[in-house]
Amino acid sequence: MAKSLSKAPKMYARFKSPSDRIFDFFNIIFMICLVIVTLYPFANTLAVSLNTANDSLKGGIYLWPREFTWENYKYVFEEATIFHATLISALRTVIGTVLSVFCCTMVAYTIARPEYVLRKFISIAFILTMYFSGGLIPNFLLVRELGLMNSFWVYIIPGLIGVFNVIIIRSFIEKLPEGILESARIDGAGEFTTFLRVVLPLCLPVIATVSLFSAVAQWNSWFDVFLYNSSNVNLSTLQYELMKILQNSNASMNSGNDYASMFSGSEASINRVTPTSIRATMTIVASVPIIMVYPFLQKYFVQGMTLGGVKG
Amino acid sequence: MDNVTQLRPAETPKADNTDGGLKGFFHKLSKQRALVFMSVPFLIWLIVFKYLPLWGWSIAFQDYKPAKGMFDQAWVGLKHFKFLFEDEHFVRVMRNTLAMSFINLVLGFVTAITLAILLNELRKVAFKRVVQTISYLPHFISWVVASSIISTALSADGGIINDVLLWLGLIKEPILWLGEGKYFWGILGVSEVWKNVGWNTIIYLAAMTSIDPSQYEAAEIDGAGRFQRIWNITLPGIKSVVVILLIMNIGNLLETGFEPQYLLGNGMNVDYSENLDIFVLKYGIQMGNFSLSIAAGMFKTVVSFILLFTANHIAKRLGEDRLF
Repeated sequence: MAKSLSKAPKMYARFKSPSDRIFDFFNIIFMICLVIVTLYPFANTLAVSLNTANDSLKGGIYLWPREFTWENYKYVFEEATIFHATLISALRTVIGTVLSVFCCTMVAYTIARPEYVLRKFISIAFILTMYFSGGLIPNFLLVRELGLMNSFWVYIIPGLIGVFNVIIIRSFIEKLPEGILESARIDGAGEFTTFLRVVLPLCLPVIATVSLFSAVAQWNSWFDVFLYNSSNVNLSTLQYELMKILQNSNASMNSGNDYASMFSGSEASINRVTPTSIRATMTIVASVPIIMVYPFLQKYFVQGMTLGGVKG
Repeated sequence: MDNVTQLRPAETPKADNTDGGLKGFFHKLSKQRALVFMSVPFLIWLIVFKYLPLWGWSIAFQDYKPAKGMFDQAWVGLKHFKFLFEDEHFVRVMRNTLAMSFINLVLGFVTAITLAILLNELRKVAFKRVVQTISYLPHFISWVVASSIISTALSADGGIINDVLLWLGLIKEPILWLGEGKYFWGILGVSEVWKNVGWNTIIYLAAMTSIDPSQYEAAEIDGAGRFQRIWNITLPGIKSVVVILLIMNIGNLLETGFEPQYLLGNGMNVDYSENLDIFVLKYGIQMGNFSLSIAAGMFKTVVSFILLFTANHIAKRLGEDRLF
């Protein structure tokens, strides 16, 4: 592929017909449009978040703030609820990802071992669960019975193992050169030591993939907060707080109410910020960590997708 | 990777224990106890969190009263299922679910394949990479963020969509996009495309890299134009991937997702936005009617299960047996 890529431009250049040129031109125009449609909403939201709240209400903010201010960001990080929610979001992302990836890799390692007697049984038990689920209410009842309601651990434990992740990691381990694991065992290392010292480091590429998937899912989730912890503001997350603001503004569109009443707690804040400016600011805060990370892991998630998706 | 054909009842691993029987099995097991310690705790996790909830399905056949104990509930047979299928509300919810699934399926496939082909035709590798990276972005942000962005863009005062349409003279006054049910399916379809089209190209582009480049060169020397090359080389090259994904997606027809409908839905478009998952949530969590809600959820799981296995069967017939 690499060879043909370096050769192709020359070939094409020689045979480039007028219709080819037109195609290329429109293709590039199309791609630029795609980039604009993808990025504009973020740029616009960023501009609104950096514009003074009252001025934004006049409308007409597109790509650049008209009256620049940090006020919205100051408000968001001074507001105890939102700050705390951001903290919980970060905490569940870190703890959830580390635990989940560690456990998934461990399971994947055991069922990648051809001589393990429970290999087949465990594999099938895991894979079967991809085909059904108890559904929302049975899961809800289970979490309630287990006493996980109103606790931080409801963010971690019910989603501890992702079957899809286990499958990706297992097929990665199976493709490792056979000799490596063997020689580690001959050196007298126990299973767990082999796993920790040999398998984990070798699996770093696939761990990067799975960590990204897992971290994104943790950072982005709000439904478990809504379902299990909505009465406990100390366990709220950034996405859930944003979701509440969004729902309020949808509802106000419905009833025509001024949803600024949501912020009636402190009179001063009404002048400083508006729900629109807060929503824009929180949208940026909620998406920046992801925007910063994903481009650097592109190689890994593309691999993960093709590995776990179809190719087997 | 285990494919579906391997989902038979567990065979005893006879190849391993040559001395045969249970004794040999337990002997092996005790020798491998380190592996057992590393995997069985998660097997228990699996049973608790994935298999145990199936027990909850029995509630669909009861008039569940939370105050009573698990074994004192009154059994009512198929009452709740009968109620569902006669309920106008449920029928509307099913209509919405299927309509949105179908729109998303068709739109999703057509746009992703088209974009993958166009990306594949780009010659400047650096430009292609930049476009790809940017196109993945919306996939990674949450639906909460996406919905916030979408509802801002669709807003009647100052939303970019209305601004552009007004500027082009296509509409006379701003449209309240999310305020009218008839637009909802379209909005949802376009939102799904905006969020996932780039991501969905990954698999097609991967399939395209396995097409032998000499085919293109030969076709070009034979005087085949760009569209002929796409039609005769690129499309056949990704056909099997398209077929597999299509079949898999048919298995997921009732899984329209939940978040975008819930987050973009409101009182004015509820007749079009409410799908099966929202129905389950409303009846179960908000109204406390667990029995009816579980009946609806169970209906969904069972139909999905049947669809998936039918799809798998068809896939096998077509000689594409590696779905998972």
